[in-house]
Amino acid sequence: MELPLFRHNRPNRVVTFDEYREEGGFEALKKAFSGMSPNDVQQAVMDSGLRGRGGAGFSTGRKWSFVPRDLPGPRWLICNCDEMEPGTYKDRVLLEHNPYSLIEGMTLACYALGVRHAFIFIRKGYEKAAANLARGIEEAKKAGLLGEHILGSEHSIDLDLHLSAGRYICGEETALINALEGKRPNPRSKPPFPAVKGLWQGPTVVNNVETLANVPAIVANGAPWFKGLALNPEGAGSKLFCVSGSVKNRACVELPIGTTLGDIIDGACGGMRDGRKFKACIPGGASTQFLKPEHWTLPMDYETVAKAGSRLGSGGVIVFDEGHCLVEATLNLITFFARESCGWCTPCREGLPYVKEILTRIENGRGEEDDITILREHVKYLNYTFCALAPGAMAPLDGLLRDFEDEVREHITKKKCPFKG
Amino acid sequence: MIPETLKTSLKARVASALTPREAAVDVMKELQAHYGWLTDEAVEEAAALLGLSPLQVEELATFYEMIYRRPVGKKVIHVCDSISCWCADCDKIIQHLKDKLGVGLGGTTADGMFTLIPCCCMGMCGDSPAMSVGGVPYGKLTPELVDEILEMERNNR
Repeated sequence: MELPLFRHNRPNRVVTFDEYREEGGFEALKKAFSGMSPNDVQQAVMDSGLRGRGGAGFSTGRKWSFVPRDLPGPRWLICNCDEMEPGTYKDRVLLEHNPYSLIEGMTLACYALGVRHAFIFIRKGYEKAAANLARGIEEAKKAGLLGEHILGSEHSIDLDLHLSAGRYICGEETALINALEGKRPNPRSKPPFPAVKGLWQGPTVVNNVETLANVPAIVANGAPWFKGLALNPEGAGSKLFCVSGSVKNRACVELPIGTTLGDIIDGACGGMRDGRKFKACIPGGASTQFLKPEHWTLPMDYETVAKAGSRLGSGGVIVFDEGHCLVEATLNLITFFARESCGWCTPCREGLPYVKEILTRIENGRGEEDDITILREHVKYLNYTFCALAPGAMAPLDGLLRDFEDEVREHITKKKCPFKG
Repeated sequence: MIPETLKTSLKARVASALTPREAAVDVMKELQAHYGWLTDEAVEEAAALLGLSPLQVEELATFYEMIYRRPVGKKVIHVCDSISCWCADCDKIIQHLKDKLGVGLGGTTADGMFTLIPCCCMGMCGDSPAMSVGGVPYGKLTPELVDEILEMERNNR
């Protein structure tokens, strides 16, 4: 069966507006505007089982349903393209090959939610994706598919680009809203949730690029079709997996939800690099726990990966081989989070540098037995924060202590990193 | 002082935003492109354009990775040190850059050409190790390729 996200892709160049339309692009928009009510569109997304592709995996239909219908004043849709989760590059690959699925998906989402004005929040470094989107928006406007009176209807929808200046926390939805308003992007306290009080205090939905890019295919082909794409009965749709680390071909591929970890690595990536042996991987970007060789046949879906003690997250799969020290790998992850902490709340601002210091000590052979206990306490207490940054940072550390405690202990007893000569 | 043409285009950008301060990042980026970094003067000018206090602009300027509140070289090198690049031995690339440029992290070369800064994931994990020079991304780096890129970027002002 043809998967929805990459089917318009051309190797090494962006698909053109005409090519996208010839292959059925914007037909979903026409279908919705000619015979579906906004509620029908929302219901189709709800029934499809689509879950947020940015990392949290929350039901998109439910997220949309939290927006109050009866509040006066404007409501907003924001596409989160602040893709800065380490190991994640799927939204960049998608937008560098095809900006139109996102544009069409956002127009459909605006129609469903009653939004007049939507934004695409793009990280620094994604200028090529931004240029594709800017061009695509102009083309869609000229063709009457966006802007004033779409397809001659009473509906008018505007899409604006916001080009950011680089900071991981801007991907957190309330921080993103502050950033878009031109305020310092610290996360906001929840509640109120953005669905009720978000951008300029209006009801706001924030969705990931890949999530919104799925909407046209759902509207065009129906919820049962989308559900049927998955390989496991509980799953729905396809997923972009972007693989890095010790594999032969590091690639961003679209595969059915429920594809096993082994099929991603062996099938899509040509196996491990230079005959190395698989030791572990992080399945969904830096804030997820390790998967191990025993998970080789695990179907990659939200529920199944959660049951295995990790999260499908963003689909950024980072593969480690037996030559990799996972203490040092976790130290690298924690260093990232410590640097990207916005400093707003104390556990995160003070806790992450402390964890980093302890891991540095262990990695350098100066760790003590008590350090493991102190690290475990941090895994517990760094959950008491405003946003998900620090809890996310603790996920790989929790995984390290759970699955590779012997490796940590070996650093302490041998007073050196066993992976260094 | 910024030229009138730049001032006019920035005023137009601010006017086109739904609220003036929504344009703050764009204004800071443009001023930075003009001065080479976001000078104190630029902060004041941004504040005047956006209807904010200089302190409010400072709050934003110090938050973002790609807004420089200190003088930098003609081209800033952001070299990624996140996990996928770590797997691809970015430590070796970073050390090579330091040796080649004769600076530490955060340092600017004696000729004022390059500033070397580590950065977080650039979304180039499939092509790691990666860096950007003056905003141009480069991947699959080797020490030899780094030398070539630096040579090219140095000549291509």
